[in-house]
Amino acid sequence: MITKTLKHGLTLAFVMAFLTACTSGSNKKEVDGPVVDNTPVQQSTIDDSINLSNVVYFEFDKYDLTAESRAVLLAHADKLKGASVAVRLEGHADERGSREYNMALGEKRANAVRDFLVTQGVSGASLETVSFGEEQPAVVGSDDASWAQNRRVEIK
Amino acid sequence: MRYLIALLLSGITFFACAQSGQMNEIIIAKGVDKPIKIAIVPFAWNGARLPEDISSIMRNDFKFSGQFYAIPPENMYATPRSESEIHYAADWKRLGAEYLVLGSLTFQNGRYYASYEVFDVVREKRLMPLASVNGGEANLRDIAHKISDEIYEKITNIRGIFSTKLIYVEAFKRPQQYRLMLSDIDGARSRALLTSRFPVLSPVWSPNGQRVAYVSFEAGNKPAIYIMDIATQRRQQMTNFKGLNGAPAWSPDGQKLAMALSKDGNPDIYVMNVLTRELRRVTNHFAIDHEPSWSIDGNSLFFTSDRGGKPQIYQVSLATGQQERVTFDGDYNARGRVSPDGKSLVMLNKRPGTNYHIAAQDLKTGNLRVLSETTMDESPSVAPNGAMLMYATRSGGKGVLAAVSLDARVKMPQPPKQGDVREPAWSPFFN
Repeated sequence: MITKTLKHGLTLAFVMAFLTACTSGSNKKEVDGPVVDNTPVQQSTIDDSINLSNVVYFEFDKYDLTAESRAVLLAHADKLKGASVAVRLEGHADERGSREYNMALGEKRANAVRDFLVTQGVSGASLETVSFGEEQPAVVGSDDASWAQNRRVEIK
Repeated sequence: MRYLIALLLSGITFFACAQSGQMNEIIIAKGVDKPIKIAIVPFAWNGARLPEDISSIMRNDFKFSGQFYAIPPENMYATPRSESEIHYAADWKRLGAEYLVLGSLTFQNGRYYASYEVFDVVREKRLMPLASVNGGEANLRDIAHKISDEIYEKITNIRGIFSTKLIYVEAFKRPQQYRLMLSDIDGARSRALLTSRFPVLSPVWSPNGQRVAYVSFEAGNKPAIYIMDIATQRRQQMTNFKGLNGAPAWSPDGQKLAMALSKDGNPDIYVMNVLTRELRRVTNHFAIDHEPSWSIDGNSLFFTSDRGGKPQIYQVSLATGQQERVTFDGDYNARGRVSPDGKSLVMLNKRPGTNYHIAAQDLKTGNLRVLSETTMDESPSVAPNGAMLMYATRSGGKGVLAAVSLDARVKMPQPPKQGDVREPAWSPFFN
């Protein structure tokens, strides 16, 4: 578990390195609204349930879950199992490619998260999925780092 | 170890940023190498200054086509008012003009009457007899576009599109706002058909030009398909299914809407009868099937699917359900639209290592031609005369529209708007 969180923290640190470098280099980046739960702060603490990420990320044009996403979702499944709380899974895509097709991509991503949670014992009835495609990026920017932040499912 | 990776990554980051700098490419404005030179003499008018200048709108129309060069009035040597006042050699051949347009405007009983005649400078003879178009003050632009259409068709044998319209989506941030906009094809007279704080996308004109189908998130912050009557702006919600409700496309007869729904698990293609709302499933595949578009005869649908691993365009017969892959050139082909003559499929295309461009594929030979040279291009919409298409691209970090001719010879940027502009939908002819 510690190795996993460390790994996760490291990956996030890399993403942050991307972000910082790009911000200082081009001054083009602007954060669109509050970006929560994806900072590397406290990711190396052992009990990460308090700081459990509510966002899982995807590869370009893909909707299968990465090993990292599965680890995050397992922790969510533990929390959600038995709890009678309605959860909305919002799928998103980066800006590249067809705007309409990206709606489907976000949909498939949200569905992949839902299906995984259901196989882990979470009630499907409590999970609602919706895709925003590329309409609501977490980060505004046309570079790999921004795109990586925007290909996501938010667990709300 | 960690430092090493960080160091390596910072190198990659630098590269990524350098790459992203290239995104701010200027849209290339390019006409044909030897445009037809047309001289449109300022229309005679005895009244007070008008809100619109007819001959200047016409000059802009011809420029927009990319096939013409409209001689600026300040370069003209004469202002003839009738055929007898034309000195072909001395005044017009000297300027290289090939066609000459004379016109006048009069006001009678609350209406403006624009008369115009066209002369062939090269042959030194009349090309079009004196004709007249009339309308109210609010229609001065319509009058100008109508005259441009008539002259353009006479000279090129292609029907003019200057009287057609454009619907597009304009988006604003902080606060988030989406507007469904209607404008002239030159961007003038834009007005909002719908303003919403929820996403609006995928507008498409009904074949008769009276309605628009689109997707809006206004009901419960999730997508649903709507139809709006453009004249009254009355709208009706057509779908309210669980999951994806997207990419509406009118059948050529205007009676059906093809769409993508995920209500049965995965994004698949369906066809809805607009009147009865009866729904028929067309595809059933665990991959993404999306972005349906009708063939000209209405017997089949083109759609995007990633069933082969990457997005490509397929065609399904509505009679037999038989499906076949249509696009093979490139690793990303999406959002196909058939040209009005049924010969080409225009689409969003990307080849390995290149940017997203608009391309046209000859449906008979399968040959694909990349049309646009801008970056992050998408959402092509073909003009009803099949000569040009409008698409969305990015410039200066903003979404803008651009036009390109289907033979790729002419590339025209569109005037910038306030917000992020995307998803142009070119209207059909209105009469």
